[in-house]
Amino acid sequence: MTLNTASLPARIRADIDRFGGVLWLPVLLAVIALLLIGQPSTWATLTIAGLAMGMMIFLMASGLSLIFGLMDVLNFGHSAFVTAGAFIGATVLAWLGFWVTGGNPALNLAGLLLAIAAATIFGALAGWFFERVVIRPVYQDHLRQILITVGALIVAEELVLLIWGGAPIPVPRPAVLTGSIVFAGVSVEIYRIFAFLLGILVYVAMHLVLNRTRLGLLIRAGVENREMVEALGFRVDRLFILVFMAGSALAAMGGAMWAGYQGLITAALGSEMMILVFIVVIIGGLGSIQGSLLGAILVGLMANYVAFLVPKMALASNMLLMMAILLWRPYGLLPAVKR
Amino acid sequence: MTMAHQHAAAAKTQRPSLTKTQNWPGRLVVYGAVALIGLALAFAPFLFPDVRSQEVAARICVFIVLVASYDLLIGYTGIVSFAHTMFFGLGAYGTAMALKTMGPGFEAILLGGGAGVVAALLLALLIGLLSLRVKAIFFAMVTLSAASVMMVLASQLSDFTGGEDGITYSIPKLFSPATELLTDADGKALRVFGVALNGKLALYYFVFLSALALFLTMTRIVASPLGSVLKAIRENEMRAEAIGYRVVFYRTTIFCIAAIMAASAGILRAVWLKYTGPEVVLSFDIMIDILLMVVIGGMGTMLGAVIGVALMTLAQYYLKDLMALGAEATANLPVVPDLLNPERWLLWLGLGFILLVYFFPSGIAGTLMGKGGSK
Amino acid sequence: MAPILRLDDVHTNIAQYQILHGVSLDVPEGGVHVILGRNGAGKTTTLRTIMGLWKAREGSIQFRGQDITRLSTPDIARLGIAFVPENMGIFGGLTVEENMRLATHDGSFDAARLARIHAIFPAIAQFWQKPAHALSGGQKQMLAVSRAIIEKRDLILIDEPTKGLAPAIIRNMIAAFREIAAETTILLVEQNFHFAKALGQTVAVIDDGRIVHRGTMAELAGDADLQSRFLSLSLEAH
Repeated sequence: MTLNTASLPARIRADIDRFGGVLWLPVLLAVIALLLIGQPSTWATLTIAGLAMGMMIFLMASGLSLIFGLMDVLNFGHSAFVTAGAFIGATVLAWLGFWVTGGNPALNLAGLLLAIAAATIFGALAGWFFERVVIRPVYQDHLRQILITVGALIVAEELVLLIWGGAPIPVPRPAVLTGSIVFAGVSVEIYRIFAFLLGILVYVAMHLVLNRTRLGLLIRAGVENREMVEALGFRVDRLFILVFMAGSALAAMGGAMWAGYQGLITAALGSEMMILVFIVVIIGGLGSIQGSLLGAILVGLMANYVAFLVPKMALASNMLLMMAILLWRPYGLLPAVKR
Repeated sequence: MTMAHQHAAAAKTQRPSLTKTQNWPGRLVVYGAVALIGLALAFAPFLFPDVRSQEVAARICVFIVLVASYDLLIGYTGIVSFAHTMFFGLGAYGTAMALKTMGPGFEAILLGGGAGVVAALLLALLIGLLSLRVKAIFFAMVTLSAASVMMVLASQLSDFTGGEDGITYSIPKLFSPATELLTDADGKALRVFGVALNGKLALYYFVFLSALALFLTMTRIVASPLGSVLKAIRENEMRAEAIGYRVVFYRTTIFCIAAIMAASAGILRAVWLKYTGPEVVLSFDIMIDILLMVVIGGMGTMLGAVIGVALMTLAQYYLKDLMALGAEATANLPVVPDLLNPERWLLWLGLGFILLVYFFPSGIAGTLMGKGGSK
Repeated sequence: MAPILRLDDVHTNIAQYQILHGVSLDVPEGGVHVILGRNGAGKTTTLRTIMGLWKAREGSIQFRGQDITRLSTPDIARLGIAFVPENMGIFGGLTVEENMRLATHDGSFDAARLARIHAIFPAIAQFWQKPAHALSGGQKQMLAVSRAIIEKRDLILIDEPTKGLAPAIIRNMIAAFREIAAETTILLVEQNFHFAKALGQTVAVIDDGRIVHRGTMAELAGDADLQSRFLSLSLEAH
């Protein structure tokens, strides 16, 4: 055992890591918030809201993180997929009309799933186009990559404005997911439960793909050392386009979910969410799905608690959280890439 | 290894790429264009006396400083920061808040602007030390987040910043249009070539000369040993580290210098406009403008900043008029008028920008002079 | 017999720096062949250029008579060339098993080969389910080599396998490499002359991006004059 020779802080750190380490941070945050808020029912409502928000941000962040991890590509245009997903989701919901707003829960859900599916499929296709046309020519060149993706973001936002106009668009919410249920004195919006469950589902699916399939093995290896995977005979660029499409699809899915949550959307939605998404990716550590989930939950909880306690500090609090975590761990909480 | 050796080594790696690709006709065009823009700005009040042109000229002056300071980062050092408007805003808000509370005086500009510059410096130091150690892309994200938070703070701490509405204030009496610098026999402001020598003229030259001084300072920095170290780092970070440069130290230094320059530009903007709000100094649109200007002009050239700013600003003010005409002329066609709607001007700019980055990554000045830009 | 690998006047640049100034080299089929040279002479660059990780600007590289100069790295690997880079290229976040599984073409192991590898490197079997970042330096090197031989390859490129290893482990490696060389060709890049001498059949000395000497290892080992001429520049540290 090396423990007896290790210094005290290192021993404490080892002990913390053994019991889940940084995974307890959200719990710690929740406990502190409970002490500050005082009323358990308010706290519970905020916690659930935070978890739901975190899950939606997770959808948007996980793809970005993987894309970056695998190819060192930071897609500043990622938020365009979020925006597009939101508008396509909203449009499909509006088209389906009575399906969504009528009294039949099965049709309600089918309508919502159709809308989410439409957004997701669009995200995947747009991701394919984006990777081929915009990003592929500037691999390996970070500066031009950032510039090109910023340019593409401008164009994409303008296209959204061109198609849907600048006025906010209302999003019909499926009747079955409207309202709240009261459980042990705590009122919970049904849509939030839905968002949370969908996020969990996506996380579990991603986890299984990454850890139980050969494709996932290749992706994890590629995130660590792309060159070596190629030297073993695998085409990482083909892998990457798949990951890029999946990441864009998830961003669009997150956008559609967020549209339903907000009820009213504008073309600025993507850019507004992107700040949180970046913070999540930085906090979580680049290239790591667990990291993205952890970061997203922290950010979601923080945003909701602080919005209740000190409304004006909501976004700034997440920024401070990011600064604090960067001081403590410069590569984020759970980075996938070992340096 | 001594510093002298290091600089020599840095200079050695630079020389081949410069001598091989020097391009005299192109350089002449660039110098000519910059000289033309410089002369036009120097005599703007006499050449273009109408109010709108004065606005345009002053905006160009301020943005040349802002964009050139951004070029110090992106062009000379390869750092991509999205926090440049944050520093710009700190300078502007510092000046604005001081002018509002202390009244219109030069000491308010000095104190408030100074406070803004110091705040920018400290923030740059913090961000730099915290995140310039890690990958370029990481830094871009950190600065983007920081800038957004600053924007939210400015609009929410309305007791100090005036929120979304911003702050309106008066500036020193010397700069008021009613002030007569020289009077003629009738006791009115003396006219030279039909232009009254009043406070407005003094204000313009205050902005112009300050901007000129700041710009020249930056060209000196670029030509100094620090400039060549930065270029060496940009070209090959690992090699620079191996030669013994403390990469983080140099990067943080230039990030701080750029922040100070941007904040100073913010002071000029605040004094000229007599108004400071999130839209005019902090918004992400301005950050995009800066980015477009520096890339269009040519990264890593300094002169490119002048060309990029002049071109983009003129286009912003005058191209939109042209698009409106086009939209009117094609009003009967489908889709086309929507595409030509002046509101959609960013669509075309964005497309042009993407093509530029693909085909002429070193921008106008860089392409003509055959240098600058990274890769 | 035709060489398995032939480099003909290969020039390689990294960014604006030219590293290889015309490397010409024939690697005969079978056995261990060594490229010696001091730090920065272009040894690693030569291997990476063969592997397609850096592209040759000029000249050609032929593998079994096929021109592979412009092929992509995965295509080169699929021709039957394995690469063990200087940093070993271990995936630290993956288990030892996953590292090995990645190196197979379809994810399944040949039981007999695996048993043989476990016999050569018992540590691989011992830490089979452990994350690879927990291995020691020597064990990582063993994993990197095991990964290269988990399926039959025609040529294995190995970049300084002895770097930072203890003498006992190096002796272990020599035995292992002899066994591996019985079925495949190994092109080894080294600074450690004693290790190279124990294994190599032919040797090429590289300096400043050019091959400055070619011959058999026996010739170099037996000729003090040759050694002082070529090894003083490459091996004065040893």
